[in-house]
Amino acid sequence: MFENVPDNGLKYVGKGVDRIDTVEKLTGKALYTCDWLVPGMLFGKIKTSPHARARIIKIDTSKAEKLPGVHAVITGNELDYRMGLYLVDKHILAKGVVRHFGEAVAAVSAESWEVAHHAIGLIDVEYEVLEAVLDPVEALKEDAPLVHPDLGKYDHVREAFTPVPGTNIANRMKYRKGDLEQGFREADFIIERRYTNPSVQHVPMETHVSIGQWSVGDKISIITSAQSPFTVRNLFAHSFKIPHENIRIQIPYVGGGFGGKAGIHLEPLACCLSRKSGGRPVKLQATREEEFSLLPCRSGLVYNIKTGVKKSGKIVAQQMTMYWDAGAYADYAVNVTRASGYSAAGPYEIPNAWVDALTIYTNKPFGTAYRGFGHVEFSWGIERHMDLIAKTIGMDSLKFRLLNAMKPGSTTLTGEVISENTGNVTRCMEAVAESINYGQLTGAEKAREKKTGRKIGKSVVALHKAPAMPSFTGTSVILRMNENGSVSATFSLTEIGAGTYTSVAQIIAETLKFPIEKVHVPIEIDTNHDPYDWQTVASKGLLLTGNAAILAAIDLIRKAYEIAGQVLRASQCDLDHDGEKVFLKHHPAKFVPFSKLAVGYAYPGGNGIGGPLIGVGRYCAQGLSNLDKETGQGNPALDWTYGAHGLIVEVDPKTGAYTIIKVASAFDVGRAINPAAVRGQAIGGMIQGLGTAMFEGYYYDRAGRLLNPSFTDNKIPTSLDIPEEVDAIVVETPQIDGPFGARGVGEHSMIAICGALGNAIEKAVGANLTHMPIRPQDIWKALQTGAKPDSPGISGDVVNFAEAPLCSTRRDSGKHKKR
Amino acid sequence: MKITLTINGREYTRDIAENRTLLRFIREDLGLTGTKEGCGAGECGACTVIVNGKTMNSCLMLAAECSGAVIETIEGESESGELSKMQQAFHKHHAVQCGFCTPGMIMSVKALVKKNPKPTVHQIQEAIEGNFCRCTGYTQIIEAVQAGTDQRDEQEELRRV
Ligand code: FES
Ligand code: FES
Repeated sequence: MFENVPDNGLKYVGKGVDRIDTVEKLTGKALYTCDWLVPGMLFGKIKTSPHARARIIKIDTSKAEKLPGVHAVITGNELDYRMGLYLVDKHILAKGVVRHFGEAVAAVSAESWEVAHHAIGLIDVEYEVLEAVLDPVEALKEDAPLVHPDLGKYDHVREAFTPVPGTNIANRMKYRKGDLEQGFREADFIIERRYTNPSVQHVPMETHVSIGQWSVGDKISIITSAQSPFTVRNLFAHSFKIPHENIRIQIPYVGGGFGGKAGIHLEPLACCLSRKSGGRPVKLQATREEEFSLLPCRSGLVYNIKTGVKKSGKIVAQQMTMYWDAGAYADYAVNVTRASGYSAAGPYEIPNAWVDALTIYTNKPFGTAYRGFGHVEFSWGIERHMDLIAKTIGMDSLKFRLLNAMKPGSTTLTGEVISENTGNVTRCMEAVAESINYGQLTGAEKAREKKTGRKIGKSVVALHKAPAMPSFTGTSVILRMNENGSVSATFSLTEIGAGTYTSVAQIIAETLKFPIEKVHVPIEIDTNHDPYDWQTVASKGLLLTGNAAILAAIDLIRKAYEIAGQVLRASQCDLDHDGEKVFLKHHPAKFVPFSKLAVGYAYPGGNGIGGPLIGVGRYCAQGLSNLDKETGQGNPALDWTYGAHGLIVEVDPKTGAYTIIKVASAFDVGRAINPAAVRGQAIGGMIQGLGTAMFEGYYYDRAGRLLNPSFTDNKIPTSLDIPEEVDAIVVETPQIDGPFGARGVGEHSMIAICGALGNAIEKAVGANLTHMPIRPQDIWKALQTGAKPDSPGISGDVVNFAEAPLCSTRRDSGKHKKR
Repeated sequence: MKITLTINGREYTRDIAENRTLLRFIREDLGLTGTKEGCGAGECGACTVIVNGKTMNSCLMLAAECSGAVIETIEGESESGELSKMQQAFHKHHAVQCGFCTPGMIMSVKALVKKNPKPTVHQIQEAIEGNFCRCTGYTQIIEAVQAGTDQRDEQEELRRV
């Protein structure tokens, strides 16, 4: 909508206006859930499992119950509810067995946090430790222990997901495009390699926290640090069989989410504790350690990529097998598997492709949505693989990418045809290549190499992502006019930091032609008062809510005109308005101020008409469809945001120590509604992506105990870890169904940057890396043992494509065979 | 035990448990919730306050140690009803996203600027190294500090090509 309005015709859209939420945050006045106190509130605490897989023999809570100040102690025995977003597989507290280190086993409520903490220590749990399955590929073996022996009995969303009962496969996705066998036959080279990434934690600075109250008559009231109020309500209603209208979810300011707060987490347990505490509200807040192991992380991934390519550089076939390490519960991982499956080729056209993607249960903390939703993970391998192929065929890797990039007329893995309006990944790559002087070292860089004895490498990678969401995802915006002629907008995205609220305010101001100061958007959400939104995820908020906001603004003005037309005795086609009033186009002196229309117009004699002005906007994703279960064909993508990163790294060839000199990132955002906010998303995601690329990740011991659930051992980037220089760039190919042509960019900045780092390091010193994160010691090791830069690990083995084994693992042969 | 201390220029006398951390004392006993807890272990800097002129992780200090201390928290920054110069710079330069690290960040920056009114980029980076921010990638924060110390005027631009 309004995608073709030129920049110079816009007053607020396209301007880096100040965010509407920062003054409260800067003064410490913004209240987050962790700041809330509710009268009568008790404090909850959770007892967690020290084992990855164990039978619970006995839980003795008697000592804890007797501790003065304790109100309730609960265990899984007394709770018969299962939760799950797409596959209902998780008890609120472990029942009979524990399935991962850190899983909740029992919980208490008490008068203070200290008493609750003490009480937890008094609970004795007797376990029989069982053999745990920790590796996703091992978990597929016939004799592997089953994480969920009852998988066949679990309810799930049948249209989208396919669990395989009797195995550890929570979901199996297949994508089939073209004729793979034929494609490989046409190939001059076949290049195969395996890539791996560990689980990673989101690390919102505010840990998960919920205050739950379960009152008489099954009235539920929850204040929580969640991303998606209506999803919390809906899942709660389903699991507890309580009518939706009985459940109230309030979301105050949220201290970061990144996908980790997208589903339902501590809310049910806080409410169960409340119910057992006579209805007193209970606050449950995760410690940082619990954030790493009780709450979900990003799934690990093991994947094989096998690509057939012509001498000319054209990719003709690609087969990918992805083993997603979901951990103990399916949560979002099944949908990560689905969404990353249909994007798995990256922004490149592959005429013949197979993707098989499995969500696999293991006895580890479970995976959920994390900024990028699978794309950060697979883009590591895809972008490393693109460089490997280019090197093998002797082509420059940027040229190779440009040759295979998605263009108008290309088709995606699910058969969607890309158009002129989809976006321009070529332009993104060119822009970052120019920014980093790709393909050469500048004089200064040569001098730097000489001075430091280190080697400089440069890379360009590309990326894409579409929102992963139901085909019929809907949202709504209500716009109420206040007595003074200003407006207040309500909608149920949460402002988790991305700045979407400010962008929506800009869109409303622009559409209404009102000064932005007259557009008020309260940050806190309350499902009792605010209209529905599905979730705050997937970088879909700006597009869907932005459109609903435009429609609400148009509706409000139409209703104002209805009344103004009567007052001015004119037809509506003769009316116009500005930020203050509705007037006659040909007689601007005849007008009625909005403040007189806002809550109902009163004629001089006292007669009234109209009533309060309220605009309503509803928007639903258009033209999307479910995917065929056998071929994966269909249209799942609301929009594709393309992007590229250019990275310059300097590596010490002796030690593997490295410094990132520059990162340039470009995204085709359609239109930057707020360029300063887009820049914040671009750089913020870039650094979060570099955290994943450089050092973040989970380590386990052999028994499946998480070894690094703290900032001491699981570092995130600090101000000293950022590149010496960053360059944030946008390309603006308008999205026809985007508000003022915009599309989302919240997640994209994090995608593929790991590949950029790996490729630049390889260019600098020749380290052959297939696992992220990339620590200096990994580079050092690769340089000692690994292949030289000109002999990458390549497998030319012929495989039986019709019977391509899903579960067996193929090893790099290290050979390089030309066919 | 009884302690008396000064926070943002106001004197408080309270009876506290000996194991009460300064962070819990400030947040729960005094209701000054602007100071945040991100880890409770001295790692993230969300709980940074200024104690006798020095930045401290309040999650690691006991309130009992602070008797007689002069403490500054985020709530003291805009008591006049106006944003301080540094807060304004953060506002203008989009240095705040979710805002959870912001109070601690402002405290670290305040202590830096008091010692060093014109810090270099590297000095800014060092001063906020202990303040984790998961959202911004630090760049806009560093730019804001430069602006707040009169070393930069304009908002850095997103490049449109
Ligand atoms: S809460 Fe004190 S350093 Fe993290
Ligand atoms: S703004 Fe979110 S942690 Fe810094």
